[in-house]
Amino acid sequence: MTLTAPARPATATKTLLDFSNVAMQFKNGTIALSGVDLVVNRGEFVTVVGPSGCGKSTLLRIASGLETASEGTATVNTDRIGYVFQDATLLPWRDVQKNVELLAELNKQPGAARRAKAKEAIDLVGLKGFEKSLPKELSGGMKMRASLARSLTLDPELFLFDEPFGALDEITRERLNDELIRLFAEKQFAGLFITHSVSEAVYISTKVVVMSGRPGKIVDTFDVPFDMPRDPEIRYTGEFAELVGKVSHALREGHS
Amino acid sequence: MSTVAKAATTGSPTLAISTRKVDVRKSVRQAGPPLAVLAGVVIVWYIISFALGTKSFLLPAPHRIFTEGFFDPEVATDIGTALLRTTGVALAGLAIAIIIGIAWAVAMSQARWVERSLFPYAVILQCIPILALVPLIGFWFGFEFFARMIVCVMIALFPMVSNTLFGLQSVDKSQRELFRLQGASRFTTLTKLQFPAALPAIFAGMRISAGLAVVGAIVGDFFFRRGQPGIGSLIGTYQSRLLGPELFASIISASLLGVVIFALFGLIGRAAVGRWYEPAGS
Ligand SMILES: Nc1ncnc2c1ncn2[C@@H]1O[C@H](COP(=O)(O)OP(=O)(O)O)[C@@H](O)[C@H]1O
Ligand SMILES: [Mg+2]
Repeated sequence: MTLTAPARPATATKTLLDFSNVAMQFKNGTIALSGVDLVVNRGEFVTVVGPSGCGKSTLLRIASGLETASEGTATVNTDRIGYVFQDATLLPWRDVQKNVELLAELNKQPGAARRAKAKEAIDLVGLKGFEKSLPKELSGGMKMRASLARSLTLDPELFLFDEPFGALDEITRERLNDELIRLFAEKQFAGLFITHSVSEAVYISTKVVVMSGRPGKIVDTFDVPFDMPRDPEIRYTGEFAELVGKVSHALREGHS
Repeated sequence: MSTVAKAATTGSPTLAISTRKVDVRKSVRQAGPPLAVLAGVVIVWYIISFALGTKSFLLPAPHRIFTEGFFDPEVATDIGTALLRTTGVALAGLAIAIIIGIAWAVAMSQARWVERSLFPYAVILQCIPILALVPLIGFWFGFEFFARMIVCVMIALFPMVSNTLFGLQSVDKSQRELFRLQGASRFTTLTKLQFPAALPAIFAGMRISAGLAVVGAIVGDFFFRRGQPGIGSLIGTYQSRLLGPELFASIISASLLGVVIFALFGLIGRAAVGRWYEPAGS
């Protein structure tokens, strides 16, 4: 990954992520991505849907710096990157407070500052009162909230999510979708969110990107016209259903 | 079971009492069968002992183990002193095995090539019949504390090495990446992630090693039969003098030592990680 400071004029839109013709071939020969062009600006929440194994996680891993693209340029214009994994990845021996403090701690921030930051993040995700709870005492949804809070302490400009709510039940997932939208409306980060649920994708994002089967290519992009923050009722409108239908159709086309 | 659940939710006093009753009944149910087995064994023991007649030193009647063994001041002092000595050897050997075992495993966890170079020796150590080496260890290091301790370390080391290594390597890929994303150093990742994650496995290993350290301390002493007697050589002495009750008393003491140390390390482990650790499948 090349971390180049952009020499572009100061405009209202800041491009946080800029992938140009990115391809990924692993050492064992597997080609996970090919020719991916993708831009995510501040204030955009982009979701990616695609068949499993098409390279969605790989895309995020390149964006975060965990992998290096084998071809093309992957530019990320910030070092404040939040990364939320599919599982909450909390450290079971730390309580919620200490778990949320972890990233600030790894970045060697002083104790008082990171405690304050963690407290704020815990309030923000609605975990107030659970600071002293251990992960094993939390439900799946609460663990994910703690995981979100942990990333929020970095005050991310670019927020990456790898199917974070995939393992949760429908109601918890919908509630967390609304929380995420609220956070997004408040913080105005640039979001890149992987999911296998088309309706989740349409509901939470400003743009849906559809990928084909391996090697993953972007086959279609849909702008989502609904206002942010979203009205939960929007899910039951015809327009919403229509867009979900279009995305699903593109997904099927790309798959075959 | 349903009474217990109800009592827990309603918290009514009558139900709380019945909860306790259930618990008592449960513990009787649990302790009953093994106690019955013990009673059966003791009865058979008396019968055999009686039948042996003049050869009853081979299996002295159970009460004689107390009257001529544990309650005999001289015997009790001998056993007590020997037991203390053996406990000292076992704990010292265990402490060294823990330190070396953890250090060995940490070194192996840091690089694949270190693991490839060192793990075979851990396995070889495990495969060597330590008993065959005991005479050599005595030959080199004498027959006192130090030599006995080395026998302990050799016997107790492997579970520490393998459990610690397993624990250090059991860390989730995504947890590791979480640390990597923050640019955490190897040392930070080791101390804040791998080592805490390995603690349950380390304590499980420690418990096994503790039991083995007791075995090592007794075996070394039993074979050396020199220097100040530990419980091993005391057992040897009683055996060669055909002192049945004393022999049984010393063997029972040695066994209890093993059980106590094993249980103690179980408790220590639970106190250290029980708060947060959920064994898989629970
Ligand atoms: N480190 C790796 N080495 C080799 N192949 C890999 C590696 N990581 C992922 N892959 C392969 O690349 C493809 C895409 O993986 P991934 O990005 O995880 O897919 P998705 O998240 O869309 O399900 C899969 O076929 C996977 O097996
Ligand atoms: Mg994936």
